[in-house]
Amino acid sequence: MSKALWRLLAVLCACSLIAAACGGDDDADADAPAATEAPSDGDDMTDEAVSIEYWLWDGNQQPYYEQCAADFEAANPGIDVEITQFGWGDYWTNVTAGFASGSGPDVFTDHLARYPEFVASGVLVPLNDFVDRDGVDAGAYFPGLAELWVDDNGNRYGLPKDFDTIALVMNAAHVADAGLSAADFAGAEWNPDDGGSFGELIRRLSVDANGNTGDSPDFDPDNVEVYGLGLEGNFGAFGQTTFSAFAASTGFEFLDVNPFGDSANYDDPRLAATIDWFARMIEAGYVVPIEDVESLGGTTVFQNGSAAVMADGSWKIGTYIGADTPFDVEFAPLPVGPSGSRASMFNGLADSINTNSEHQEEAWQWVKHMASAECQNVIGEGAVVFPAIPSAADIAIAAHQSNGVDVTAFTVHVDEGTTFLFPITDSASQIEAIVGPAMQEILRGQVDAAERLGQVSDEVNAVLGS
Amino acid sequence: MTSTAAPEQIRRRRSLFGTASLHGGWRSAFWFLLPALVGFVAFYLYPALRGLYISFTDWNLIANQGSWVGTDNYERLFNDRQVWESLKITFKYTVINIASQTILAVAIAVLMDRLTKSVTIRGILLLPWLIPNVIVALLWVWMLDGNLGIVNDFLGLFGMDPVRFFTDTGKVIPSLAGINTWRHMGYTALLIFAGLQTIPRSLYEAAAVDGASERQMFRDITIPLLRPILALVLVITIVGSLQVFDTVFVATGGFGGQPGGPANASRVIYLYIYQNAFDFNQLGYAATISVLLVAILLTVTYLQLKLLRAGESDLA
Repeated sequence: MSKALWRLLAVLCACSLIAAACGGDDDADADAPAATEAPSDGDDMTDEAVSIEYWLWDGNQQPYYEQCAADFEAANPGIDVEITQFGWGDYWTNVTAGFASGSGPDVFTDHLARYPEFVASGVLVPLNDFVDRDGVDAGAYFPGLAELWVDDNGNRYGLPKDFDTIALVMNAAHVADAGLSAADFAGAEWNPDDGGSFGELIRRLSVDANGNTGDSPDFDPDNVEVYGLGLEGNFGAFGQTTFSAFAASTGFEFLDVNPFGDSANYDDPRLAATIDWFARMIEAGYVVPIEDVESLGGTTVFQNGSAAVMADGSWKIGTYIGADTPFDVEFAPLPVGPSGSRASMFNGLADSINTNSEHQEEAWQWVKHMASAECQNVIGEGAVVFPAIPSAADIAIAAHQSNGVDVTAFTVHVDEGTTFLFPITDSASQIEAIVGPAMQEILRGQVDAAERLGQVSDEVNAVLGS
Repeated sequence: MTSTAAPEQIRRRRSLFGTASLHGGWRSAFWFLLPALVGFVAFYLYPALRGLYISFTDWNLIANQGSWVGTDNYERLFNDRQVWESLKITFKYTVINIASQTILAVAIAVLMDRLTKSVTIRGILLLPWLIPNVIVALLWVWMLDGNLGIVNDFLGLFGMDPVRFFTDTGKVIPSLAGINTWRHMGYTALLIFAGLQTIPRSLYEAAAVDGASERQMFRDITIPLLRPILALVLVITIVGSLQVFDTVFVATGGFGGQPGGPANASRVIYLYIYQNAFDFNQLGYAATISVLLVAILLTVTYLQLKLLRAGESDLA
């Protein structure tokens, strides 16, 4: 018996060793070519095309990047770009899985909320040497965009490709029914105490099931047909399309230093006042209940006509002027806040290179092309997003205009300098997990905004300080 | 080597079947168990030991490496309010799910046993269990939606206000427990139904002769004699229930929600482990919470088997 048992154990051990060896092999594979690649690079260029895998999440932009890739391949016959698109949720799961398994795309569209964690994990290629060598001008982009991708050690991890801002999107029929126009919103001011003239507009746009508007004493907040203000999504920690513009118009700032601050300002009374205003407006029936946003999604609520006005990002312009939105929309800038000016979060995407890439030189060539005026002009003509290069952004604005769409509500923030940068920290997902649920409690009227945000602030700063 | 070993093995095997000694039984059992054993070692034992090791490191999922941090993660575990909050939510879910599921399953099994022998009905009862978890969750998300759901349409016919099954902090856990009760009760009923077949019919006949009612027979014959099967069923379902994940992830994520929401009201322990591993990139700490969960599951199972005396039967 013992002989057979030992033989069995030996077989099992051998199996696990083989399994371990196989696992090890993958790593070796990843390392080995990198070591031997450099000298043979020239051969690759001439013998067969090097394939660069590129990932992005926005399906609307894919056709234009396909065009960029075709132009790029024509100019660089040795490089073949393969583009893959995933939905936002799957995208980050796949990118993370790619890093963890030592594979993944050579180049991928990166987000400001995610890249610091990737940098901390050492999976992004610093672009400094490439940028210096090829003399790429980081000043060619809208001011501030290029610096967002430089970490506190001075390493650059992306070249900007586009930017986005926030504006109000309005259901033209609802606004006209209330006897209002986009101009009323363009001149509106807001404050967290009584909502100012913006609050008045929201009230007038709210209609209950009996046809009473929000400024009537008979308005029934439990039986609302059309809410004055919609919410694009859950508030989350940064409220890009929801509370951030309002909070920032009070003078509130998310971080002590942006990017890479050491502490956040979630205990700022101006933030509490802003969130509290939203909670009160939900209670009063002028703002869509957060429960509806969570189940249907805020865009759906707006598209089915249940909200008259909603703040949303410039990357969604196509959604609202397209066939998915069964009514005409107009855009208006966000209201002017107590600080005396409007505010819009200013966010931009960039392309990063994966350290697992076996063809970093070719990957860089592709990144450089996407950050160039040549490709950004193509993106601009698509009028899906605003390219990061001002002249290309003008092409996008002109393309919208020729479609009869006025998008100045989004660009006025850049022209007037009323943008603030997306808060960049290296623990965005943890902050999201702390602040998000707290916001949900506040908007449900379950807790006091100032008290809850005070607790949140301590937890967030513990994470940032660690 | 294999060519010389083969005839020897065949000879040995033949002699085993001939003599059937205890000694030889071991040997043949090994060969039969070998495929399962290889699978167990490769897919359970090795990952479990590796998980235990990772729980003592600060493993970074994206970089796929980590260094030894001793018991740091375990110290953090005992000071992490979120862990205990998640466990509380998980226990709440388990209590609601197991209570409703077991009561319904016993009722269905007894009805099947006493009223009908229809294979079709048994088949239909098993149907929900055959549908993948994620599809079940999506199905119910649509049916229970506060605005579009058919269930709320139906409630509206009786003049009731829409119920926010997944977006009300107080209703989300009972709703999730209800979905899984619906999914599992048919299967559980079938297990119990099989258990009922082991109870000798003569006991019921004797009781009927003595004038016992159906209720008395259920209380004094069915339940006591079903105990070993019930114990097994409870161990399996409770262990499964404590590990709920996919239903919560899909149903509360919804279209605009946050998995585990609203306001963390449905963040069960498995979801918290998932968040730590895949959202916060802290695989080491996630492994530590997993070790805690294993300890809890082992304790619960041991206590249950002890308390319910699962190995013994009251059938003399």
